[in-house]
Amino acid sequence: MSMQRYILSKKNPIIVISAVLIVLGFTSAMVFHNETVAVWSLAIASVLGVAPIAIQAYQALRVRVVSIDVLVTIAVAGAFFIRNFEESAIVTFLFLFGAFLEQRTINKTRSAIKELTEMAPESALKQMENGEFVEVEVDEVDEGDILLVKTGAKVPVDGAVLSGEGYINEASITGESVPVGKEKGSSVFAGTILDNGTLQIVAERVGEDTTFGRIIELVEEAQDSKSEAERFIDRFSKYYTPAVLVLAFIVWLISRDIELAITILVLGCPGALVIGVPVSNVAGIGNGARHGVLLKGSEVIGDFSRVDTVVFDKTGTLTVGNPKVADERIYGTDSEELMAYLASVEGESDHPLAKAIVEHIGSTEFYPVENTDVVKGGGIVAQVNGHRVAVGNAALMDQENVHMSKEVTADIASFEQKGNSLVLVSIDSELKALLGIRDQIRPGVKNDLKKLKKLGVKNLVVLSGDNQGTVDLVAQDLGLTEAHGHMLPEDKSAFIEELIGKGKIVAFVGDGVNDSPSLALAQIGIAMGSGTDVAIETSDVVLMNSDFSRLPHALGLAKATARNMRQNIIIAVGVVLVLLFSLFFSEWMNMSIGMLVHEASILVVILNGMRLLRYKLRPTREEK
Amino acid sequence: MHKATIQLEALICPSCVQKIEKATKGLSGVDQDSVKVMFNSSKVKFDFDADKISLEDVEKAITALGFEVIKSQAKAK
Repeated sequence: MSMQRYILSKKNPIIVISAVLIVLGFTSAMVFHNETVAVWSLAIASVLGVAPIAIQAYQALRVRVVSIDVLVTIAVAGAFFIRNFEESAIVTFLFLFGAFLEQRTINKTRSAIKELTEMAPESALKQMENGEFVEVEVDEVDEGDILLVKTGAKVPVDGAVLSGEGYINEASITGESVPVGKEKGSSVFAGTILDNGTLQIVAERVGEDTTFGRIIELVEEAQDSKSEAERFIDRFSKYYTPAVLVLAFIVWLISRDIELAITILVLGCPGALVIGVPVSNVAGIGNGARHGVLLKGSEVIGDFSRVDTVVFDKTGTLTVGNPKVADERIYGTDSEELMAYLASVEGESDHPLAKAIVEHIGSTEFYPVENTDVVKGGGIVAQVNGHRVAVGNAALMDQENVHMSKEVTADIASFEQKGNSLVLVSIDSELKALLGIRDQIRPGVKNDLKKLKKLGVKNLVVLSGDNQGTVDLVAQDLGLTEAHGHMLPEDKSAFIEELIGKGKIVAFVGDGVNDSPSLALAQIGIAMGSGTDVAIETSDVVLMNSDFSRLPHALGLAKATARNMRQNIIIAVGVVLVLLFSLFFSEWMNMSIGMLVHEASILVVILNGMRLLRYKLRPTREEK
Repeated sequence: MHKATIQLEALICPSCVQKIEKATKGLSGVDQDSVKVMFNSSKVKFDFDADKISLEDVEKAITALGFEVIKSQAKAK
């Protein structure tokens, strides 16, 4: 056992010694015509080189796996048996040296994700029973523990500040590198860095439960998730390697040509095929992680790359999501009382429009609110100071039997035309006020949508609960292909179902709070996550820090990664076909060349995958 | 049942995954369906019955295949 491990640990010196012996063997044969030295040095190189491979083969066979090592070991043994020491020495050397290069390069493809996981905090200053703070491993911190965070240190857990003040760089969670001020009661997140100050915090979530821990786990799962095609390749390769062995044996039985049989063993190694897709996958997802885009696995990448229809939720996605009251019309008098009632009712709701109204009214008297009834897709009805107050859209007013005068209808039309969302207020079934609330379009969205079109997205659709006027205005502004207003969450998901029924490949972009059915239903659910949302869990792609501008990069990256996978599969399959073809129809093929081409093809697919780490969307003309 | 994660040295050959998977699944006390060998992150995740097998036993089985264990942890579920 220890002998086996010793040999395996000495692979690198073995490679060097093999190389020296092979050079020695060939020079003595060709320059000095000394056959004895040549044969001996090549034979020693073969035995030395095959040792670690044979050990790996033996370990694999013990758990009943026919690995590539098994094929190579038998091939080398066969070459040795027919005294073809040149071949046996060169094949073992190439195999070992190839593996060495593969290790180096494959680590590169994983580097982006490694950078991310290495940002995880490792230690914490924990308050012990005697009140002193002692440095412990982060695994030893439990919820409720009190921790000290000093300037320059990483926050070890998600928690709340107990005392102290400071500025924290939250770039690892939000992507935003401007430090955020923290004081007593503020929330802090694991993996963020305290730029200055000292904080005492209480741990609320630790380890994998922290926001950072969840992101890391998602990325880690994603890089190893497999698409249907990959699972097929896996199943295939399980039978492929033994099949090569059987084929070589049959060829030997029929032809009695050991040379031919062992060449088949070497040529049949499946390396590049099995490794090609995972390296593209890990490099693509790594690139995304670096740029605030979480792609959840290769299946997602495949679907996303074929998207032809992108459906947006309006509020919070295309717009800033911070609507403000822009227009106001009061009917009748008593407006101070009215505003107080309105603020009291809207204070009950956390709907964005309600928040905008409360903000707009500002400081006022608040009344106790009773019998609050939230009407889905309508608004809110409640009892205030003995009056029945209804706040909501036209449908709710209808339901409340509110009479709409001609004046009101005209106002509604003009408000809608300006792109407002409408909120009507009635007290005891009498219309009192009309409010127009507007949201701003996110800066840069127009350009981002242009990039999506350039990437081949044909339909850009916006869905919103707002009125058609508002939505049309946004669509016109941004150059969308379709706009639908008056949509409840279930209408949105029904609409998406319809699109899918028509054979479209649909991505839905939303903030995930009320859009989870649509996120789940679309082939690709894209969540605008600030890093703490549940949407991170239910979606397929997450744009960190709710940054819309990352969407084109995400799509471009998915396309580039899918393309890269296809290239790697073609390279791998092509190489095997060419090798087998050459074996049967040409003279120049032998074991050494086979191994060389085989190892080279593995390196080519790894290097090809590595290109994805540097992928960047080409800037549009305006940006240049 | 305990849930375990073993971090291995960087895996490079895909047949490594097959080997480790078979070896881990073959141990009694390890829940076969839970075994997941992750190639890119070079991790093994599985559930096991602490009364029948210890984390060290599983580590030993993997080391016996020639893979170095870097870190491991187990948590009761």
